[in-house]
Amino acid sequence: MRILEGQDVTKRFGGLVAVSHVDFYVDQGEIAGLIGPNGAGKTTLFNLISAAFPINSGEIRFKGQKLNGLKPHQVCKLGIARTFQQIKILADMPVFQNVLVGAFFGNRNRVSGTDAAREASQALEVVGLSTMSTAPAKDLTLVNQKRVELARALATKPELLLLDELMAGLNPTEVSEAMELVTRIRAKGITVFMVEHVMKAIMGICERVMVLHHGEKICEGTPHEIACDRQVIEIYLGEETHAGS
Amino acid sequence: MAQTILGIILNGLLIGGIYALVAMGFSLQYGVARVLNLAHGEFIMFAAFSSLSLYTLFGINPLISVVIVAIGMFIVGFALHSTMFRSLLKSSPSPAAFEGSSLLAAFGLLYIIQNTAKIIWPGLPSWATFLAFPIRILGVLILANKVVALSFALVIALAFYLFLARTRMGKAIRAAAEDRATAGLMGINVDSMLALCFGLGAGLAGIAGVLYSMCYGSSTDMGMANTFIAMAVVVLGGLGSVPGAFIGGLILGVISQILRQYAPIFAMPAFYFIFLIMILARPAGILGKR
Amino acid sequence: MNIATLTSKKFLAPAVLVLIVVVLATLPLYISPGTRTLLLDFLMYIILAVAWTMFSGPTGYISLASAAFFGIGVYTPGLLYAEGAPLLPLPVVLAVAGLVAFCCALAVGAATLRLRGIFFTMFSFGLLGAAQPIIQFFEFETHGARGRYVESIGANNVYYLLLIIFVAAMVTAYLLRRSRYGLALQSIGGNEEAAAHMGVDTTRMKVLFFGVSGIFMGITGAMMAIRWHYVDPSIAFNLNYSFLPLLMALVGGMGQLYGPVIGALGFAYLRWVLLSTQYYMLIFGIIMIVFILFVPGGLASLIERGRHRLREVIAKLPKRGETTEHANT
Repeated sequence: MRILEGQDVTKRFGGLVAVSHVDFYVDQGEIAGLIGPNGAGKTTLFNLISAAFPINSGEIRFKGQKLNGLKPHQVCKLGIARTFQQIKILADMPVFQNVLVGAFFGNRNRVSGTDAAREASQALEVVGLSTMSTAPAKDLTLVNQKRVELARALATKPELLLLDELMAGLNPTEVSEAMELVTRIRAKGITVFMVEHVMKAIMGICERVMVLHHGEKICEGTPHEIACDRQVIEIYLGEETHAGS
Repeated sequence: MAQTILGIILNGLLIGGIYALVAMGFSLQYGVARVLNLAHGEFIMFAAFSSLSLYTLFGINPLISVVIVAIGMFIVGFALHSTMFRSLLKSSPSPAAFEGSSLLAAFGLLYIIQNTAKIIWPGLPSWATFLAFPIRILGVLILANKVVALSFALVIALAFYLFLARTRMGKAIRAAAEDRATAGLMGINVDSMLALCFGLGAGLAGIAGVLYSMCYGSSTDMGMANTFIAMAVVVLGGLGSVPGAFIGGLILGVISQILRQYAPIFAMPAFYFIFLIMILARPAGILGKR
Repeated sequence: MNIATLTSKKFLAPAVLVLIVVVLATLPLYISPGTRTLLLDFLMYIILAVAWTMFSGPTGYISLASAAFFGIGVYTPGLLYAEGAPLLPLPVVLAVAGLVAFCCALAVGAATLRLRGIFFTMFSFGLLGAAQPIIQFFEFETHGARGRYVESIGANNVYYLLLIIFVAAMVTAYLLRRSRYGLALQSIGGNEEAAAHMGVDTTRMKVLFFGVSGIFMGITGAMMAIRWHYVDPSIAFNLNYSFLPLLMALVGGMGQLYGPVIGALGFAYLRWVLLSTQYYMLIFGIIMIVFILFVPGGLASLIERGRHRLREVIAKLPKRGETTEHANT
């Protein structure tokens, strides 16, 4: 089943067309990737899905429901959570409080205090931050701050998780850890849609990949297929790409 | 004194010129230096009283003292920004944090300036004006001082516009307003630029204050209303646009005159609601970019 | 019970509040009228400062509208009284004052809280200038004169009523801080976009709690009208009532519940001492700037730092039964 579907999605900023007539879909339970050069419109597409920006034309549907015209908090309550390319944590609050907000408000139903606390603890455990829950979020390393954002997103009990460049700035070991984490998250039944530049991750865990260039979708397929695609190689991957690794 | 429509509009344009100066100064301070100067009106008030004292004590007429006061205000504004606001800028974790703390600092400044004025010039407001003889324009009797004020305002606005648009420093100012970080990388001394603009804004407030007292007298309570007028004009005309501030000033001047004629008690509330509607409908203002 | 438990916040805050309330409630029995007048001022400023902090503290949206809501509240008994006597029972008058202020705050908030914070602040600033003439107009229409008299209910009664409002404000502020709504407001202050993406209806939260803080300001205003026996637009609407609560909250420290309280106490006392000089506001303006520059977290931040250091020192002290010779073996 297609949990997320977009048709003819277009977004303009003044004269610049950031996303141009893109059709896309994500199947439930899969890990889908979105790649492309900088400025291709990947984060913009995420912003359209999460309703950070209003869409200019086209339609995005989540489980059959139109997302056009909704506000971000409504999209979150429907079951879509995301992380941000530029970290948006609540710097002065402790890690636990950061995640607790998601636990309290991300659910479409009202959650009791104890349930919310439990959700938050579990989310922190999944990302491996249980020992740091009382530290102020601003004191954490970048890697751990990304984990806080991820835990926060998980605490909203999403069905679809949008990850925007989760692996950026991570060293190879951390990338492998993150890849494993994402796989574990999917195993819990959460569909993952990820924007990435780190090819190892895309090739390693994505089942399907879309390529954006200048706001248009130019290719779509399995990681292997898109790695061999002539156009993709030309504009993004470069020759002698490490397609299989 | 009942006025014809023409008289109302003319008087509106005349005070609109002063509003325009007020707004341009405020726009510089917020648009470039990113300081919401709540004390802007107090600068105007202080200038008004200063020119009054210069006249009563030393016989310097306002048309000359406007230069003295403007320069004095500029120096004060420049000094304030280079010390207090720069320090806040350096210690603020984000632009939003700076906006907040500079606003609060300006609030404190409001009280400092207002009370300093009350100490220096205790007593009732002054209705003393200068050049208050009527002349006839388009068949309407207008006080000469208002015409002088508008002419001044026009000249200064034009000079300012050309300064920003044509000179090297003007371009540097616009660059710093657009993108502080990049401007810095381009070799523009952003810190000085911001202080300069804040000072210029204070200087413009000084000019507006002198002209205002020349036409309408001075009172130590005139600050707040002028600050709000500055905000209203800037929202109406668009932040960062000198022509916008000018046109906005003229429009609000005319509106205020109309209101004063027919429903004087509702002038401020009407201003407020117009302002509110403007900002909801078109946050960028008539000619604004942001 | 060791020192750690005794100094922990959860125990201290309610305990201190109860203690204070008990002391305050019994005070009128043995203090002079002069002191009681001072206490009334203290209570008024504490309520205003705490109410302001309820919204502006966690969200970072700086409201300058306190004076407008206060003034509206001051005027409500004036309008609901005829010939100096109340047309409605006193609690209803107070409730109406709160309600009117609430509606006004909701209206202004709904319109301006969607916009950037700076626009909200501008509009809150202008509200004072807009509200005063409107009320003045109603004054002329209904009364023909500028001021009106309000029947006195006795200073002791004013005191006890104000005490009740004070407790209500403190309890509200305390519960809000510990609730999910307080968390939501804090998240809005931390990163509004992130908060929205976590499911927080940011606009509704902001407007609602801006309204709640307005209620307290309105009710306090109404109490002041009753205390002063006389209302007049220039007395009711004064920018000082926007400045002082803000100053008190800032200097006291917005990060802690007791911050605005100590700020209010300090400045109310200072004001009483300096009142004769007429220009004490000048000094207050200077203090404001000094604190913004050098102690932005306010006195509370200094106190909290001190408490942490104290706890660290205590933790390092040798425990009972141990000797320092341990280290040598």
